[in-house]
Amino acid sequence: MTDHLLVAKELSAGYDKAEILHGLDLTVPPGKITVIVGANACGKSTFLRTLSRLISPSEGHVLLDGKSIHRMPSRLLAQTLGLLPQSPIAPEGITVADLVSRGRHPHQGLFSRWTRQDDEAVDNALTATKTFDLAERPVDELSGGQRQRVWIAMALAQQTDILLLDEPTTFLDINHQIEVLDLLTDLNHTRGTTVVMVLHDLNLAARYADHLVALADGRVHVSGKPEEVLTEETVRHVFGLESRVIVDPTSGRPIMLPIGRHRMAATADKMTRDTSQKEKSA
Amino acid sequence: MTVHASTIDFVISNRRRRASRYAATLAIMLALVMAIFAITLSIGQSITPPADVLRVLMGETVPGASFTVGQLRLPRAVMSVLAGFCFGLGGVAFQIMLRNPLASPDIIGITSGAGAAAVFAIVILSMSGPMVSIIAIVAGLGVALAVYGLSFRNGVAGTRLILVGIGVSAMLQSIIAYILQSAPAWSLQEAMRWLTGSVNGAQLDQALPLLTALVVFGGLLVSRSRDLEALRLGDDMAAALGTKVAQTRMLVMIAAVGLIASATAVTGPIAFVSFLAGPIAGRIVRNDGSLLLPSALTGALLVLVADYVGQHFLPGRYPVGVVTGALGAPYLIYLIIRVNRIGGSL
Repeated sequence: MTDHLLVAKELSAGYDKAEILHGLDLTVPPGKITVIVGANACGKSTFLRTLSRLISPSEGHVLLDGKSIHRMPSRLLAQTLGLLPQSPIAPEGITVADLVSRGRHPHQGLFSRWTRQDDEAVDNALTATKTFDLAERPVDELSGGQRQRVWIAMALAQQTDILLLDEPTTFLDINHQIEVLDLLTDLNHTRGTTVVMVLHDLNLAARYADHLVALADGRVHVSGKPEEVLTEETVRHVFGLESRVIVDPTSGRPIMLPIGRHRMAATADKMTRDTSQKEKSA
Repeated sequence: MTVHASTIDFVISNRRRRASRYAATLAIMLALVMAIFAITLSIGQSITPPADVLRVLMGETVPGASFTVGQLRLPRAVMSVLAGFCFGLGGVAFQIMLRNPLASPDIIGITSGAGAAAVFAIVILSMSGPMVSIIAIVAGLGVALAVYGLSFRNGVAGTRLILVGIGVSAMLQSIIAYILQSAPAWSLQEAMRWLTGSVNGAQLDQALPLLTALVVFGGLLVSRSRDLEALRLGDDMAAALGTKVAQTRMLVMIAAVGLIASATAVTGPIAFVSFLAGPIAGRIVRNDGSLLLPSALTGALLVLVADYVGQHFLPGRYPVGVVTGALGAPYLIYLIIRVNRIGGSL
């Protein structure tokens, strides 16, 4: 279980001279799944990188239990706050078990020996992600979905109460996307791990999030329950896209259907005609 | 829970197997270095019985053996091992840190920087001893920073750094050639040392400064070996695992340049040893443990064997750098072809 509180306070950050985040505030609900969405270049990756202290903020703070993470000893922080970056590198030929065991890095000093606790953490991580059967396979021979599960296993071996993930489903087939998101939800349910992730797909975001955060122009545009956040107004503001939001019969969560200029069904055409006629008569 | 017990047993045995394989590999490599060291001491133009070699090493005077073993073979072997350690360690540190086999100090100009400074100090300023090493280290660091700075544009991309390094390296090579050209009455022997590296004319009193550098800088590197291993997963992942990336890079760079420059100041830039040692060691130990010590041992093996081959198995006597150069060039070509096939990322 986790009771660690991660808070971004008036956060401004960016690269070189270009400021990307402009005074962003967010409290990450402990023990929940928070998903960050937004258009390209709205700063969602920058935000996640600042949350995990890969980038130092130009103004404001990221606070973990009230303490600035940029002032905490990095090894100590890495025992509480884990991150799976967008493109981690697997050394050539490394086996799954070996890679996962590297997640124990922050728990080991220069001279400390490998302990039973380390073995247990690796074992748990392999079991939880169902990568146990792959343990002796080289990572570079795995499929994209398997590989992503292995990286998540490594992050689990780190045993952090908070886990940040930068677009963990990119480049995966849809079945593997669901597999990864289901796995993260399992972890959240069984271990109480606080999950914060950036996702590209709005519908998957609304489906898996407890707390949905929509960024626009380096600020939080709106955040809250998916039903409150994923609305036609939000999609219009954040993506500049007309859409219809309906309820997914499977999950009861909102799903967004984009409206383009073409390929409208007859009923939709009729509806638009009706409205335009109404407008004319009015 | 029985299932659980068996899975953790598997995890433990899997880890132990990796650890013991690593230890065994290190032991074998160490034994090989010692065996070849012993062979180079006793078998040369003439064969000295091992008993005589031992007596010479113990400090006794053995007629016929004292000079050959004590004056000719021992300094050569000792300097080969020390320089091999330095080149192997420094090379693999750069390759791991920049995650690129082409990023070794002898490709990106650090070795030639140290070499050029050493030649300048020795030939033009008529200096000798530790001062030469210090100047070489400073020059090596300067070149490392210059290459880093010249290839900086919104962060350093590996490919750009390597291309800039190759250019800088070519420039420094020509400076070495220029100084040698303008030097008065310079022997071919010495010239070869600065152009390709050689342990001809090695003396035992050069060993202590080099050993000191090896202990100081090598110790610094080895103390950072876990962080270096984390860097292999990418800078972001390493930071997420609690590694101080910028600080590690800085320390590793200083240590690696210190090693390379100290060795270069004594033996010259022994071609391709720092380039080859890491990848060869990587093939042998795979991912069972840190590559630092295996690469050091591989470096020593390369220099020892290449020098022995150059001395005894080729028509005429060649400095060690000629032999390692002939080994390294095909591998360089192979790497470049492979990069071309994979495209872009080296």
